[in-house]
Amino acid sequence: MSILVDENTRIVFQGFTGDKASFHAKEAIEYGTNIVAGVTPGKGGATHLGLPVYDTVKEAVKATGATASGIFVPAPFCADAIMEAADAEIQLIVCITDGIPAQDMMRVKRYMLRYSRERKPTLIGPNCAGVISTGKAMIGIMPGSIYTKGRVGIVSRSGTLGYEAASQMQALGIGVSTSVGIGGDPINGSSFVDMLQRFEADDETDAVMMIGEIGGPQEAEASLWARDNMSKPIVGYVAGLSAPRGRRMGHAGAIISAFGDSALEKAEIMRNSGLTVAASPAELGSAMKQALLKPARRPVLA
Amino acid sequence: MDIHEYQAKELLAGFGVPVPKGGVVYTPDQAVYRAEEIGGGRWVVKAQIHSGARGKAGGIKLCTTLEEVRAAATELLGKKLVTHQTGPAGKIVHRLYVEVAVPIRREIYLGFVLDRRSERVCVVAAPEGGMEIEEIAARSPQTILREMVEPAVGMLPFQARELSFGLGLSSSEMNQAVKAILGAYRAFRDLDATMVEINPLAITESGAVLALDAKMQFDDNALFRRPEVAELRDYAEEDPRDAEAAKHGLNYIALEGSIGCIVNGAGLAMATMDMITHAGGQPANFLDIGGGASPDRVAAAFRLVLSDPRVRCVLVNIFAGINRCDWVAEGIIQAARDVNVPVPIVARLAGTNVEQGRAILRDSGLSIITADTLADAAEKAVEALNTPVTRTVREKVS
Repeated sequence: MSILVDENTRIVFQGFTGDKASFHAKEAIEYGTNIVAGVTPGKGGATHLGLPVYDTVKEAVKATGATASGIFVPAPFCADAIMEAADAEIQLIVCITDGIPAQDMMRVKRYMLRYSRERKPTLIGPNCAGVISTGKAMIGIMPGSIYTKGRVGIVSRSGTLGYEAASQMQALGIGVSTSVGIGGDPINGSSFVDMLQRFEADDETDAVMMIGEIGGPQEAEASLWARDNMSKPIVGYVAGLSAPRGRRMGHAGAIISAFGDSALEKAEIMRNSGLTVAASPAELGSAMKQALLKPARRPVLA
Repeated sequence: MDIHEYQAKELLAGFGVPVPKGGVVYTPDQAVYRAEEIGGGRWVVKAQIHSGARGKAGGIKLCTTLEEVRAAATELLGKKLVTHQTGPAGKIVHRLYVEVAVPIRREIYLGFVLDRRSERVCVVAAPEGGMEIEEIAARSPQTILREMVEPAVGMLPFQARELSFGLGLSSSEMNQAVKAILGAYRAFRDLDATMVEINPLAITESGAVLALDAKMQFDDNALFRRPEVAELRDYAEEDPRDAEAAKHGLNYIALEGSIGCIVNGAGLAMATMDMITHAGGQPANFLDIGGGASPDRVAAAFRLVLSDPRVRCVLVNIFAGINRCDWVAEGIIQAARDVNVPVPIVARLAGTNVEQGRAILRDSGLSIITADTLADAAEKAVEALNTPVTRTVREKVS
């Protein structure tokens, strides 16, 4: 199967009755996503978009057997919503909301440590585009039409740059197995490494597009991890070559403040780790096409 | 968000961090009055701008008479200070801080940052303060001490003791330092800071621990619940365009080039800048219009980008997910009608409702250059720079 979600995944939306959640829930349902319920505290018992609304995630899980949640709750209440989902034993939590205080995310990550490795929920985001497994399901805000079904995985910090990659590949006839936006915050849920691990293990994925940006250590860590553990080819790109030092480029995490934070340094680490680095953001698709023609980088390490 | 030294000291003092006696002033008369009120025979007059390295730039004056205080205040107020943090444009001094000057025996570095790797607050200390942490890291990295704070329990007294003993403090100094370190940590946590720096934390001749300089940065995402911090914002310290951008929910950063950018999504905005550079041009700005951009917001983005006189072409690049191309197209047209757009516009739309968006642009009768791909858009924008503009969009409308 593809990673994280498929057509059988039972999904709830938190903050379900809000404008943005409603718009994207409709899109997701049209796409074929198996949304089974919504959660909005205080609106339990109502029906919205033909689906039942519950007051708490626990009730929704008990009634529907949901295992995944898409969170559209406003930023001030979002950390609470993530931890509520974790406590209700939701296994995949996709948080779309942006603007969550960094210390709230610090507490969320600490809270997740109380789960054993097997029972720990997977958190995607916050401040991300979400997850789509082409032709099967989506939890997020991406336009479904830009993804052709295929065998390339995408993991990107930026939502829109992930769309750019998908549509460039679509134009070249290259399809996508699953695309994941991991978000632009300094403290986020799943990292690049977490997603590369899943793509490496996924038998529906042959290659990975990894799109990072300035700031933070995750792109470099993922490159080194891939060098030692990944058999599938990776095309990389790091946005922000022309970004000045010390200025926050939109995303809270996109700031060059330490050694190794710049796009140039990260791209260099990618190249040295055996990744194919796209020469410009207009060459994401063509670089992937080239990479797919080459034989596997190396046999999978035993 | 950044605040001034005197504001940081006032906040930290509220958490039990000892600071020297002082006060903020706006005129030379007030400076003299404050100095008299503080008493003693030695004062420091410090320029309050959002930058470090103020001493090297001549923004800090030691005075031993009230006449010197007046002279220092007269000189500094209205003066432009240029440091490596302000950039060549420098910053004008509007406020001063007058503080008692204390004889110092030793200077220590103390800092608190959010460490992205461990996802924890990291406390950094070094036995030789007074210089920037980057300089300490280059000169004597082995002297830097670090403590990671477990978020579930907060910073513990033993961690502050370990740092203090690691810095070689005596036991009476240690007791005061522990109080200062834990106080500064609580300020960091309770006010949603992203950085607190006390540099130097001084040991005075009489053995007292004092925060001689202080710097704090705050999480913009948390200001909604920290009104006492939000009100410390000094708009005079910020590029007026940043404030204008914030008002409309836009994210704007001025750069040096000639191609104005209006993009949705921070990553795509950076990639668009990269692409312009790749095509041989230079971006004039970073601008992320964010999710769910309304026509009003797009029009505001145009006004903002065009307020930079260097802009000779505007590139709009929208890949709509949470946005919708038809809204953005309406915004472009509204902007072209309301705002005088004296330069060529290159527009590239993709994603949700792209067909409607393109049709709206096509049927508008405006001379907007359309592009299908990112590369196409960047090339057309660079090309537009080199093509003399014969008539403006505005003229074509009327």
